[in-house]
Amino acid sequence: MELSDQIAQYLLSGLSTGAIYALIGIGFAIIYNSTDIINFAQGELVMLGGMFTLFFMEKMKLPLPVSILLAVLATIGCGALFERLTIRPLKSPTPLGLIIITIGGSILIRGIVMLVWDKDTHSLPAFSGSEPILIGSATILPQHLWIFALTAVAIAANKLFFQYTITGKAMRACAVNRRAAGLVGIDVRRMVFFSFAISGGLGSLAGIIVAPLTMTSYDVGVMLGLKGFCAAIIGGLTGGVGTVLGGLLLGILESLGAGLISSGYKDAIAFIILLLILFIRPQGLFGRAQTDRV
Amino acid sequence: MNREIVKYLLLVVVVLFIPLLVHEGYMLNVMVFVGIHAMLALALNLLLGYAGQISLGQAGFFGLGAYVSGILTTSFNLDPWIAMIIAAIFVTLLAFVIGFPILKLKGHYLAMATLGLGIIIYIVFNEAVDHTGGPSGLSGIPNLKIAGIVFDNDLKNYFLIWGFTLVSIGLSLNLVHSRIGRALRSIHDSEVAARVMGVNARILKVQIFALSACISAVAGSLYAHTMTFIAPASFGFNFSVELVTMVIIGGLASIYGSILGAALLTMLPELLRTFQDYDIIVYGLLLIVMTMYMPGGLVNGIPAVFSRLKGKSKREGGGDA
Amino acid sequence: MKRFSIRVLLAALLSIFANNVFAAPAAIKIGALFSVTGPPSFLGEPERNSAKMVVEEINAKGGIKGRKLELVVYDTGGDATKAVQAANRLIKEDKVVAIIGPSTTGESMAVLPVAEKEGIPLISCAAGSKITDPVKKWVFKTAQNDGLAVSKIYEYLNRKKISRVAILTVSDGFGSSGREQLKANAAKFGIKIVVDDTYGPKDTDMTSQLTKIRGSQAQAVICWGTNPGPAVIAKNVKQLGIKLPLIMSHGVSSKKFIELAGDAADGIILPSGRVIVSDVLPSSDKQKKSLQSFVKDYQNHYKVEGDHFGGHAWDAVMLIKGAIERGGDSPTAIRDQLEKTRGFAGIGGVFSFSPSDHAGLNKDAFVLVEIRNKDWALVK
Repeated sequence: MELSDQIAQYLLSGLSTGAIYALIGIGFAIIYNSTDIINFAQGELVMLGGMFTLFFMEKMKLPLPVSILLAVLATIGCGALFERLTIRPLKSPTPLGLIIITIGGSILIRGIVMLVWDKDTHSLPAFSGSEPILIGSATILPQHLWIFALTAVAIAANKLFFQYTITGKAMRACAVNRRAAGLVGIDVRRMVFFSFAISGGLGSLAGIIVAPLTMTSYDVGVMLGLKGFCAAIIGGLTGGVGTVLGGLLLGILESLGAGLISSGYKDAIAFIILLLILFIRPQGLFGRAQTDRV
Repeated sequence: MNREIVKYLLLVVVVLFIPLLVHEGYMLNVMVFVGIHAMLALALNLLLGYAGQISLGQAGFFGLGAYVSGILTTSFNLDPWIAMIIAAIFVTLLAFVIGFPILKLKGHYLAMATLGLGIIIYIVFNEAVDHTGGPSGLSGIPNLKIAGIVFDNDLKNYFLIWGFTLVSIGLSLNLVHSRIGRALRSIHDSEVAARVMGVNARILKVQIFALSACISAVAGSLYAHTMTFIAPASFGFNFSVELVTMVIIGGLASIYGSILGAALLTMLPELLRTFQDYDIIVYGLLLIVMTMYMPGGLVNGIPAVFSRLKGKSKREGGGDA
Repeated sequence: MKRFSIRVLLAALLSIFANNVFAAPAAIKIGALFSVTGPPSFLGEPERNSAKMVVEEINAKGGIKGRKLELVVYDTGGDATKAVQAANRLIKEDKVVAIIGPSTTGESMAVLPVAEKEGIPLISCAAGSKITDPVKKWVFKTAQNDGLAVSKIYEYLNRKKISRVAILTVSDGFGSSGREQLKANAAKFGIKIVVDDTYGPKDTDMTSQLTKIRGSQAQAVICWGTNPGPAVIAKNVKQLGIKLPLIMSHGVSSKKFIELAGDAADGIILPSGRVIVSDVLPSSDKQKKSLQSFVKDYQNHYKVEGDHFGGHAWDAVMLIKGAIERGGDSPTAIRDQLEKTRGFAGIGGVFSFSPSDHAGLNKDAFVLVEIRNKDWALVK
């Protein structure tokens, strides 16, 4: 087999994993852009999507599309509930406090899922078969196409929502300046609530759509969440194209790293590049420079 | 300053008396770990509580200390004390070099960067199998010894570890009550204002970062030489979060709070004996509830609760170690 | 009147107390350290379940010489620090006479100095051969050495005239021990490892590593890991259309793997303990009786299939039971009697310990199986 063929496969594999990271990264970016919060429990929302779908399919014997719909609704509920119970009652949220609360939330959700369900890994059926599709000399699975499609839809919807709807604009205003947003009559708390619900929905969709490939278990959210976070940071925490490019870049680097350099160090390579990006361009590769607010 | 000395001496007395109470039992073994964790929480608190800089990769420095010590003594037959010094110097230098670019970052970016750093270090422990023994660990690390006394049982280790812990506490107390301590707190409150006032914030942050790494590395060496076995799983992201939890629960910017937090979290399994399987849930809840309702940690929170109960109209907060 | 009723109450309490404490001889306490949570929970959970189950059964049948067994289990979460703390607690506070576990090689290596120092017999449930090589006075193990599984695989490859292999191992304790043994034994069997790659325990896509393997001279792929990684690899192999034979380790010898990998599992060959094929074993097989009782009980108790990981704990409890029956319940007696155990047919194999061998098994502990139509078939 030619090296060029191998590289084609590395690139394609990288793109398909990268799309997963991007999809999860958008969830981070949405919350950040409307609330200035990095939700460390985002990975757990992704996990909940997969686990709820499994629950509705296996325990309630519902068909896949119905299960997916219910799972998304259930996760939106969880995201909203989390915001209501932990973020809302805070009197004076500091960045440090928020980081720690969401880390606590991620541990809590993981623990509950582990005890209520189990510690096993489960698989979900692929949406449309698992016959590999040949592109040139490289292959991908039909499920990857679903991921690409959902990612594209997510960026478009995100763009439309934040640019053209009143709620979307209000959410952006909250991120820019909470106090000013409150002064012009925006219900800031409501917007924070919305953003958690939305990212819960998007996160769960991501979790459901990747589950046939990655499988799902109570702790699957840790690594996926981390990589999604990475993607968002590389992309400069912008809701749309930046995060997607960040995710794809991360995926490709990982895949090339594993194939050409060392599979054991591939995650280290990804994180070293992340650090370098942060050192050189702290605002992310695709983010705009920001000045300190005093 | 006099009150501080009394408090410190009181702690020394308590530390000396504990072995009489718990004797050779299992609690003494737990107290050894409490000592190591107290050092780590203290180191993190200097950075997190006083300078206001988050680190989610603290377990990495702890691990580096342990591994440098472990590898130098097993593969190169170095004396454990020399290995410990080399480990501390190495980690301090490393932190100093990385500190400059990393501490330019703020908030979430700093959290992500330190997290990434911790993960990179963890991966190296796992993958450099020839040196570190890989995931199944490094065994046969020798105990420390002084003038014929080998630190090989709980009682001796207790005094060894707590000796180091008390020294670190003393140094830290000195530091935070000095001019540097005040400068640090000014960075915490507003870095820009601190800079305007003539505090060289950048250098100071890096120095504290390096000091914090240095104490963690010493704790790592001590851990390696008392356990005689180390494996990467003890130095992962989870442990970094555990350390942050200790600091938060004990109290940010409180030296004694760190010790309290470390003691509480190390003994948590003991307290949760009846519902072992639920400890992950208790853990998550603790983090959330403490941050929400007792952001000052136990050292500030408990007196506040008491004064509220007594109906005193004294304003809460502002308490310090 | 009031005083009288208090006296009655006291007397009643005392009698309850007396009944509990003095009527039956004190229970024999056995400690257990399992990674019930954390990444190695796939080991720890079935181990704890099996140990609890077999202790209940022994007690239901009247205990050992009229004395009940009491199992004290602590969860280590896969962390060496917690394992050492828990071991100290078992020895110094619970005063157990023997310890079963820990589940992983790393934790076992961490706990081993404690057992040696305190003089308490420890039966590890982990596979790493360095646990009992060199032999330590107080340490035994029930999990088959990884080297035995490797020999079984290499013998098969020799029969198939395959000499160039690619290995893909998971970067955790299980995988790194397998990788070490695969590399150490290769030359002895005339096998050349042409690709030596790893993957992370939480990785979700291994097409990069497999693409590299596809481009190499390898004639077979050996994958060493535990769920879910190998299932991902099986699917990726199918996706990439790799036609090389795929060989796995005993880490996936449970129905769970077949369920996760689905159609991609067909044709995979792996060495396994006899648990999964207990039905098709000839009745002359020494282990058949133990195996069938374990499989049946586990199914009844937990409504899921028992696997050979649980079997390690089952074996450990039964070995201790045998030792106590023969020599009494002091730690020293248990240790001495464990060392004298010969021909004990358990779940992991037929154990024969000796002063120079505290692992007690040979390569017959493994059989080679192939996955056909979502079920196991013995490879002759």
